[in-house]
Amino acid sequence: MEPAIAALSEQIRSAAASRTALRIRAGGTKDFYGNAPLGMVLDPRPLQGIVAYEPTELVVSVRAGTPLAELEQELAAKSQMLAFEPPHFGSDATVGGCVASGLAGPRRTASGGVRDFVLGARLLNGRGESLSFGGTVMKNVAGYDVARLLAGSLGILGVLVEISLKVLPMPVAQSTLRFETSAATALRKLNEWGGRPLPLSASAWSDSMLTVRLSGATAAVRAARDDLGGELIDDEDAMEFWRSIREQTHQFFAGDTALWRMSVPSTAPMLTAGDQLIEWGGAQRWLRTLQPTQTVRECARRAGGHATLFRGGDRSQGVFAPLPPALAAIHERLKTEFDPAGIFNPDRMFAGL
Amino acid sequence: MPFRGGSLQTDLNRQHYDCRMESARPSYSSRSLPIDRQLQLRVVGRLRDILPQRAILFREEDTSPYECDGLTLYRQQPMVVAIPETIEQVADVLKLCHAEHVPVVPRGASTGLSGSALPHAAGVLLSMAKFNRVLNVDGYARTATVQPGVRNLAISEAAAPYGLYYAPDPSSQIACTIGGNVAENSGGVHCLKYGLTVHNVLRVRGLTMQGDPVEFGGGAQDAPGLDLLAVVIGSEGMLAVTTEVTVKLVPKPQLARCIMASFADVADAGQAVASVIAAGIIPAGLEMLDQAACRLVEPFANAGYDLNAAAVLLCESDGTPAEVEEEIARMIEVLQSARATSIKVSSSEADRLRFWAGRKNAFPAAGRAAPAYYCMDGTIPRKRLGEMLKAIQEMECKYGLSCPNVFHAGDGNLHPLILFDDADPESVARAEAFGAEILEHSVRMGGTVTGEHGVGVEKLDQMCSQFDRLTLDAFSGVKRAFDPAGLLNPGKVIPTLHRCAEYGRVRVHANEVRFPDLPRF
Ligand SMILES: Cc1cc2nc3c(=O)[nH]c(=O)nc-3n(C[C@H](O)[C@H](O)[C@H](O)COP(=O)(O)OP(=O)(O)OC[C@H]3O[C@@H](n4cnc5c(N)ncnc54)[C@H](O)[C@@H]3O)c2cc1C
Repeated sequence: MEPAIAALSEQIRSAAASRTALRIRAGGTKDFYGNAPLGMVLDPRPLQGIVAYEPTELVVSVRAGTPLAELEQELAAKSQMLAFEPPHFGSDATVGGCVASGLAGPRRTASGGVRDFVLGARLLNGRGESLSFGGTVMKNVAGYDVARLLAGSLGILGVLVEISLKVLPMPVAQSTLRFETSAATALRKLNEWGGRPLPLSASAWSDSMLTVRLSGATAAVRAARDDLGGELIDDEDAMEFWRSIREQTHQFFAGDTALWRMSVPSTAPMLTAGDQLIEWGGAQRWLRTLQPTQTVRECARRAGGHATLFRGGDRSQGVFAPLPPALAAIHERLKTEFDPAGIFNPDRMFAGL
Repeated sequence: MPFRGGSLQTDLNRQHYDCRMESARPSYSSRSLPIDRQLQLRVVGRLRDILPQRAILFREEDTSPYECDGLTLYRQQPMVVAIPETIEQVADVLKLCHAEHVPVVPRGASTGLSGSALPHAAGVLLSMAKFNRVLNVDGYARTATVQPGVRNLAISEAAAPYGLYYAPDPSSQIACTIGGNVAENSGGVHCLKYGLTVHNVLRVRGLTMQGDPVEFGGGAQDAPGLDLLAVVIGSEGMLAVTTEVTVKLVPKPQLARCIMASFADVADAGQAVASVIAAGIIPAGLEMLDQAACRLVEPFANAGYDLNAAAVLLCESDGTPAEVEEEIARMIEVLQSARATSIKVSSSEADRLRFWAGRKNAFPAAGRAAPAYYCMDGTIPRKRLGEMLKAIQEMECKYGLSCPNVFHAGDGNLHPLILFDDADPESVARAEAFGAEILEHSVRMGGTVTGEHGVGVEKLDQMCSQFDRLTLDAFSGVKRAFDPAGLLNPGKVIPTLHRCAEYGRVRVHANEVRFPDLPRF
């Protein structure tokens, strides 16, 4: 084992021996996400750097502690990108935190989420052992796809050491259009457009304005622009707008009122009253509300989805929707298999896990 | 998998592969273990409380059609075949087997190519064939909810009236079931652009080995907790029995056109693949056939392949007419500078389908060219395609068998087709050793032993090369988390410690002593 990895492994083994909780934390940009972090800090940032990047293979392998911005810069230099457009939430964001939190940005509906781009992962489990899942090739069904399982696992199964991600070429052309419309009309339009071969790459509705982004071949973007109409937004303003959605610096996200993330079928009708910002073609709805947890959860459930208390609010009932018993049992057993002493990020996902 | 005679169409149209029709000869790779008649009687007796008589098969003449999947080298007489018709019956069968400690092997259409649906000598083969209904197609939401026994192509057929289709398109799509696709994380010729099964499934409802209902994923784009859906897909029927699947549907592109490019050198063709990607193009399909494969398929398919080319590349663009025109022009430019010796572009849909006919008929053509063929499935980094082909050529000499190659070149997924004679035990042994060496080579090149066909029982040995013991143990941990009793499709995917130790010993000797008297040319 390399020294940096060996040192982390040693820290894990001694924590396991003394049953000390470890809080896996790199840049701390996602401290707010999930239930409150507990335990002694384990900092994976000694694991630095891009290990292998070959643009023609569409794969990059990178150490978990590498700054997300550094990775995105390297990719951009070759006109490639992380297609799931992950939010950074601060300049200290790392690749490991990006994968462990599993958060995707505006391009989610068009391109897929974090898990859709994870090809392989190296992990230190709760015994400090180094495990290696998946690989660096596009198609790989050897063994269970544990690498994808680690996307969004919030560090409860182990410490990510290295991740291999599929990358994609940046689109040749991009245009952003804006329409003044009600939420109901926006939802209808987005779902109708989704059923047509249009190069839609992002959408956001708030405050009676629907903004959509088109990305792809020049001809396709031009044709779609003519077809959809709307007001064409200046490129620079558009870039700033999508950044504000991705990084939640848009004014909708300002203030302290509880911020809920509702993940629902895109066709779900407008949910309970409350200030809303709708993304992902209707499938992700941000809600600012003072309503009790129970009410918000029930509303999301009836719509066929689930609700996460993303920022602020009363977190006493846990921020994620609770699991049905059969799934909870699988979660508990998986946790025990990977982290028998229960040291990694306790309670972060669900109390007692 | 050795396929014999017949056409693909008729082979796949059968309800399931009847192994006896594939080959009347004994197999050499695995001999059926004997059935414990007492246990059989007991289990059949208990099953009669749950299922009608017609849904329980146990006489040899009734069960032998089930003794293998598409990998006919491996056969095992099932102790009992259960063919339930309701989800309640499936749950009851599972509860019974769990209580009696009887293994269960789920079965779809038996087109699997790795023996992952091989029966268990002391187990129940659980056929999901009766669950063949499309439950709902929602054109507005662009989803379809289907039972697990629905055929892959039937989903696209049901979605067609909405201008939508289900993107993953394995070549076996007229026969294979969505339950099998979920279990294998199946791909197709369009998965470079449109993704594998894992990218196109929203929800899997199923039953645990204990018979409890579970739901992975959901109606939204994510679900709370760990992403168990991602690990259930591709789990080869070992983590849960799938009872319902909700898939994403995507809009049918207005137009697709295909380029057929010839190359004088395989390495050039490999480089051309890299150049297309480097140009920022993600083709709808990017497939390659080597000269032997072209010569194999041309007499049957009349695809118009250049039989003097060392390799032929099929490169497809889809989208709006304007988009396709732009992309095809860029592709041609790239292929020309990558030293293509000739380039043809399909000018009609009939033309395009003709280009593809050759590639899509590679397996059945191999079935006609030799008594049997064995299809491998490694994936390697794209840039090493040329090198791999050279290595395979050397192996052809070493093992005295010929091996045409077709590739999902865009993904680096190889399908070498080793031609052999399954009536000759010596030829079978050489084919197996040849296949094993290709897989070992894939691992050494930084690839994987299986891109889409699964590990099953076939690649258990090579799993020992690809993964270290700790990682293999972690797979066992995942298995225990879903199925603590270890009764659902046991013995597949994860090699035992003992097996790896044995394989390690054999491998050390293999290089020197295997087939020492074969002529080398
Ligand atoms: C000519 C030919 C071409 C092929 N081309 C391709 C290709 O292009 N791409 C590709 O990826 N594959 C291809 N395959 C392989 C095969 O078709 C796929 O693996 C397919 O998904 C298997 O589906 P099936 O219904 O036949 O499953 P089976 O062979 O019956 O079973 C496969 C696995 O699925 C499990 N299973 C089946 N149903 C269920 C269920 N309801 N619940 C839980 N587990 C279940 C079984 O236990 C087994 O592990 C090809 C096969 C043939 C014969």
